[in-house]
Amino acid sequence: MHANPEAIMAHEVQHDGHHVHHQSFITKYIFSQDHKTIGKQFLITGMIWAIIGGLFSVLFRLQLGFPGESFPILETVFGKTWAPGGTIKPEFYYALITMHGTILVFFVLTAGLSGTFANLLIPLQIGARDMASPFLNMLSYWFFFLASVVMMSSLFIQTGPAAGGWTVYPPLSALHDASIGSELGMDLWIVSIALFVVSTLMGGLNYISTVLNMRTKGMSMTRLPLTVWAVFFTAMIGVLSFPVLLSGLILLFFDRNLGTSFYLSDIVVNGQIMPNEGGSAILFQHLFWFLGHPEVYIVILPTMGIVSEVISVNSRKPIFGYMAMIGSLFAITTLSFLVWAHHMFVTGMNPLLGSFFVLLTLLIAVPSAIKTFNWLTTLWRGNIRFTPAMLFAIGFVSLFISGGLTGIYVGNSTLDIQLHDTMFVIAHFHLVMGVAAFFGMFSGIYHWFPKMFGRYLNPTLGYIHFWVTLVGAYLIFWPMHYEGLAGMPRRYLDKSPWVSFNQFGELDRMISIVAIIVFAMQLMFVFNFIYSIFKGRKVTTQNPWKANTLEWTTPIRPGHGNWPGEIPEVHRWAYDYSKDGRDFIPQTEPVGANEKIEH
Amino acid sequence: MQTFFIVAILFLGFLITFQIAKTSEYVSVLKGEEKSRRQSNRINAFLLLAFLIIGLFGVYYCNEVFKGRLLYVSASYQGESIDKMMWITTAITGFVFIITHIALFWFAFKYQESDKRKAYFFPHSTKLEVIWTVVPSITLTIMIGFGLYYWFKITGEAPKNAMVVEVTGSQFQWDFRYPGPDKVLGKKYYKDINPAANNPLGQVWDDPANHDDIHATGEVHVVVNKPVKFIIGSKDVIHDVGLVHFRMKMDAVPGTPTTMWFTPKYTTKQMKEITGNPDFVYEISCDQMCGKGHWSMRGVVIVETQEEFDTWMFSQKPQYYVAFPDKDPSNPAYKPDSTAAGNAAISTGNNKAKTRQ
Repeated sequence: MHANPEAIMAHEVQHDGHHVHHQSFITKYIFSQDHKTIGKQFLITGMIWAIIGGLFSVLFRLQLGFPGESFPILETVFGKTWAPGGTIKPEFYYALITMHGTILVFFVLTAGLSGTFANLLIPLQIGARDMASPFLNMLSYWFFFLASVVMMSSLFIQTGPAAGGWTVYPPLSALHDASIGSELGMDLWIVSIALFVVSTLMGGLNYISTVLNMRTKGMSMTRLPLTVWAVFFTAMIGVLSFPVLLSGLILLFFDRNLGTSFYLSDIVVNGQIMPNEGGSAILFQHLFWFLGHPEVYIVILPTMGIVSEVISVNSRKPIFGYMAMIGSLFAITTLSFLVWAHHMFVTGMNPLLGSFFVLLTLLIAVPSAIKTFNWLTTLWRGNIRFTPAMLFAIGFVSLFISGGLTGIYVGNSTLDIQLHDTMFVIAHFHLVMGVAAFFGMFSGIYHWFPKMFGRYLNPTLGYIHFWVTLVGAYLIFWPMHYEGLAGMPRRYLDKSPWVSFNQFGELDRMISIVAIIVFAMQLMFVFNFIYSIFKGRKVTTQNPWKANTLEWTTPIRPGHGNWPGEIPEVHRWAYDYSKDGRDFIPQTEPVGANEKIEH
Repeated sequence: MQTFFIVAILFLGFLITFQIAKTSEYVSVLKGEEKSRRQSNRINAFLLLAFLIIGLFGVYYCNEVFKGRLLYVSASYQGESIDKMMWITTAITGFVFIITHIALFWFAFKYQESDKRKAYFFPHSTKLEVIWTVVPSITLTIMIGFGLYYWFKITGEAPKNAMVVEVTGSQFQWDFRYPGPDKVLGKKYYKDINPAANNPLGQVWDDPANHDDIHATGEVHVVVNKPVKFIIGSKDVIHDVGLVHFRMKMDAVPGTPTTMWFTPKYTTKQMKEITGNPDFVYEISCDQMCGKGHWSMRGVVIVETQEEFDTWMFSQKPQYYVAFPDKDPSNPAYKPDSTAAGNAAISTGNNKAKTRQ
């Protein structure tokens, strides 16, 4: 192979400005090995999934807000099998909520988020021409694409997609007779997620090795921007926990199709006596949540990094407590592996074992509190510019506080007895890892869109987007806590048979209407996104946000290889804002003779 | 037609918003970008403050609106511990919620961009960082302490005098089994499940302990002020016995029996008076996704006095007699059995008949 790929790349790039690049459309936009293009591919695929997943939530919110009412258009679109007479059938409802969860957690907030920002930012911010293995990186996207195709195809088969909840607990997911969603749809779910795991591993290994090995001269680990630290820890979590999910799913596949009894024992389903004996249904939950809980940190850590960066840049202040921020990321990463069974307090687990998980779970609140207070202190005495990115970052902090505090309720086993599997849990995790992660992602998109496409997103639309989404998110999820406190179980299609849970009819209607408005607003954002790629205001300066990090030292539209000449050398950390009377001091600027290094 | 209108309105809304956004971009070019940027900065800072104030009021408003629709007093003694824990947690987190939100939005408003001020270079302060590591740690330790104290109290062994009831979930109904006068639940084997032969739970009829076990579907009777222990299982997929009024919950897992116990405090009748709702019943909800009928998997708990319970129990016939009518002493076709097991069964049955008379 080539002796020195970097030199060759630099050589190619130097020629960039002079004549037409030799890349064809296919190698440039489809099978691209450029980390920036791969990041955009992840982002756009993730956005397509987000629209589908969001649309599903609108559909089941129609059912929850207007139970029993008929929407003829549903029958027109989904046919008599799934929506007879324009009402959503139970099977359809459960397929919708299952796919909503699967799509949003895995395809949007894992691949769409990490895939986008790890790919875009790692090489640009550490000063590398590309990832450690651009080819593996490309494969990572294409495995994700394959996973997407398989999952998408499960939406169109006769028996429908998986419908046992995104956690796919067996025996429900293991027995073909237990639910229509446990037919072919479930097999496709397993295959798709298996491909997804492969994609995540290839991406994750690449991110880790790139951060460890390819930092530019002077870029010590403690000079890395927090975005890089965050995606670095995220990749670690993914690499260590996704294989466990894969093994759990393989066993599930065996139980489904090869007659093994890993998760099955003593079952009579649909009048049919199953031969399986000796398996444990709870075993799957341990394997699932060993990924499933770290997964929520895979979702939230990258956005913590983004928010730290955006808040610092737009407050014109260094991020407060940089080392504490890294330390708390590390603490969260470590603890994330030790708390999984807090999802299982009421499975009949030994209460003593449960008590350890209470302790470790509530411990996570400490690094989370440190991060929150550090963000607040970063805002304190700043000089704040409210770009759309900054607003979303502030919204993130608010949502993270609101959703995080309710985690102290559900993480405490005593309260979890009452709150487990109620709407309270829905409200909790949607605020803290659903909406908050989306806010972090939006923040990142508004902030780095100029780097991705050389144009700005329309800021006025950004402001409207922010305010409608923030107010909407609180209107949707805040009142849900009360439903949960009243004991209303989650995943209930209709509360009319119940005496205890039917007092929230109007509230459910209000939530559904707001959800539709908020969803429409997201479509507006997608429109803004597409429109701005082609017609947005052009970026005219190299460093539009006056930021210190390396990505703003590249040309406005960097080619493959990122820097036309030498990779810049780094002399300081990324957060010298408002130091010594200067608005900002880029990382590339050497330390002055009399300058005091605070960090 | 209606759909068409909704789509048209949405589309129009889209178009108008987009035009506003587009125009604002042109205006900002005309007015000078710096100036219009500063203006939108002021507007957003003000909106953030407004959001804080309206939001906090909204939280108060929600509390007022919903407080009548939440749970009533706990119907079990154990649930009272959970309610206490709930109040402790709400007090602490509520305080933190308000303080941090005021700080967040107030800082955002107060320190909005201004020429009069320079941002303050403040990269770290060990003192502050120690404070907000130590204070949350102490607070959480307190909450963990309270939580675990109540947790062990609730999940400990059931008292010896507890009444035992077996609960079995299946798609999509609840079955209950009482041990009968011998206070022993007979053996079960899942391959013996045969609803057509009146054996829906798979009771092993060779086990004489089974011969007096009472089976009921949909409704479970328990006695007020007497601890009750549920032995929980499932025939097919994982279900969950959710007893919202008793603040209790436990999964029903096929192949792995689980238990839960509590002491009912109010009878159904008393609770009707407390809530002022004549239709009030204690409900069992399935709280673990179990298939298409999950949302309608409902059971009822009837809490009554010992006398009422005894009367009800007396009217029940053991499932054994339902499965084998000729073994039922009250049946004219009753034939005494000659096997040993049969004898034992008959003697228990006779004893029961005697005690009931």
